Amino acid sequence: MGVLVYVESPKGNFKKAAFEAVTYGKKVADLLGTTCAALTIGDVNNAGQLGQYGATTVYNAVGGDFDSQAYAAIIADAAKQTGATVVILSNSSTGKSLAGRLAVRLNAGLVSGANALPTVDGGFKVKKGVYSGKAIAEYTISADVKVISVMGNAIAPEKSGSDVAVTPLSIAAPASRVRVKSVKTAEGIVPLPEAELVVSAGRGMKDPSNWGIVEDLATTLGATTACSRPVADSHWRPHHEHVGQTGVAIRPNLYIAIGISGAIQHLAGVNNSRVIVVINKDPEAPFFKAADYGVVGDLFEVVPKLTEAVKKYKASQH
Amino acid sequence: MKILVCVSKTPDTTAKISFSADATQFNGAGVQFIMNPYDEWYALVRAIDLAKATGGTVTLINVGGADNDQIIRKGLALDANDAVRINLESQSAMNTAFQIAEYAKSRGYDVIFTGKETIDYNGSEIGAMVAEYLDMPFISYASKLDMSGNTATIERDIEGGIEVVEVETPFVISAAKGMAEQRIPNMMGIMKAKSKPLAVVEPQAFTDNSVVTKFDMPPAKSGVKMVSPDDMEELVRLLHEESKVI
Repeated sequence: MGVLVYVESPKGNFKKAAFEAVTYGKKVADLLGTTCAALTIGDVNNAGQLGQYGATTVYNAVGGDFDSQAYAAIIADAAKQTGATVVILSNSSTGKSLAGRLAVRLNAGLVSGANALPTVDGGFKVKKGVYSGKAIAEYTISADVKVISVMGNAIAPEKSGSDVAVTPLSIAAPASRVRVKSVKTAEGIVPLPEAELVVSAGRGMKDPSNWGIVEDLATTLGATTACSRPVADSHWRPHHEHVGQTGVAIRPNLYIAIGISGAIQHLAGVNNSRVIVVINKDPEAPFFKAADYGVVGDLFEVVPKLTEAVKKYKASQH
Repeated sequence: MKILVCVSKTPDTTAKISFSADATQFNGAGVQFIMNPYDEWYALVRAIDLAKATGGTVTLINVGGADNDQIIRKGLALDANDAVRINLESQSAMNTAFQIAEYAKSRGYDVIFTGKETIDYNGSEIGAMVAEYLDMPFISYASKLDMSGNTATIERDIEGGIEVVEVETPFVISAAKGMAEQRIPNMMGIMKAKSKPLAVVEPQAFTDNSVVTKFDMPPAKSGVKMVSPDDMEELVRLLHEESKVI
């Protein structure tokens, strides 16, 4: 028995989710009294740094463009070769494409989107958010092999070791049946599922041309922008910015909601945020009930003031 | 083109979520159930358009009890050709996926659609599992699908952007926002749906590997602290000193 963490490396580099996954794997290994190994696939820069987060071994296998079928075959093979009985993934678009396949391949019990470490007294139990964040479910995994995908921001990366040498793992990569033609990602913006700070706005903005004040606040904070469903549906903002039950579910440290009333479907996607600030001119807006801090006022006056206050605070930090 | 669309029944997006006294079951009393929005708005609508364009057929598949027939009929009203319900109150995604794969494996579907996730368990597991059982490629979070012959060009949502991939049929695809526009069944569709075939098939034996053993509600917020709109410096101070998020 052992823990194996598959660590994603988009364009050969790790993101924060990679260090979260290894930290999670290390803590699971501690719980089980075993060790944690990390697996990377393809060419990766400085893979040995995963040792800092608790991986005692870092494996690397040959692989091409991402294809869930080929990658799942490699990871399952690696788990078998290394005798791992717990396989950890990030709950990303990649991890979610792999998790179900791995569960079938390894005849494992799967929990996707875990938001806490397992407990192992009286059964192997893992918690995750369900009903779009309106409830929490505790799963009991009865199978010998466990697959867990870890929600972003569920655990903070924690250093507990030092760099290790990378061990090549000999696995014949199966041929991919999916051809990646192109990848278009916005540079310099933290994607919403990974963002620690999010500034979001709704219909209270009245017109898409008013979004400058939202972007100013986001830029000043170093936050990612988001929006409510009506705003995305009206094509005021791109649909990938839509957070809520039928959009992206997020769990940042700080969520600032501007001119969003807080419909139950919106709350479902954001109520795992650690701290919620609501700015709305209507003191009866339901969102205030879910907020930590509330500001009742005209957003066109409040938001620029908040931006100025953040600038002043940032200047004082230097 | 022969298309299978996996549809799930979920509580309405506005439903109040509560559980049985022993916290092991969802409390469905007084709850309106719907077809999972990702299955209906994106997967099913795109599948129907694709079938029409290629002279194909759309079969709906659902794993559940007889009370699911109402949402299956809605799918038929949206113009799916026929439907099958695997008669099982499944306790795990893997069991559900296994039953779908068992049904599909000898029937030669070109494309199998799912929604990107259900809004109850938020697992995003079924598509990947069905694909693995059937040894098919799987493309997740697809926001655009174009077919040319048996080659599909698909845009899929990835963190902070889009990946464009090509794949040949047969494949499994999970549909996200952007794939199609929500549609309401018309009266003709509703009338025709009543007489469309809905087969009920008994499940194959399966042993669950992981099941929900307890539900909980998230910890309640301690209450909102109001800040004067004229004092944003106070808000910044609270965010920094009290909640330590900036």
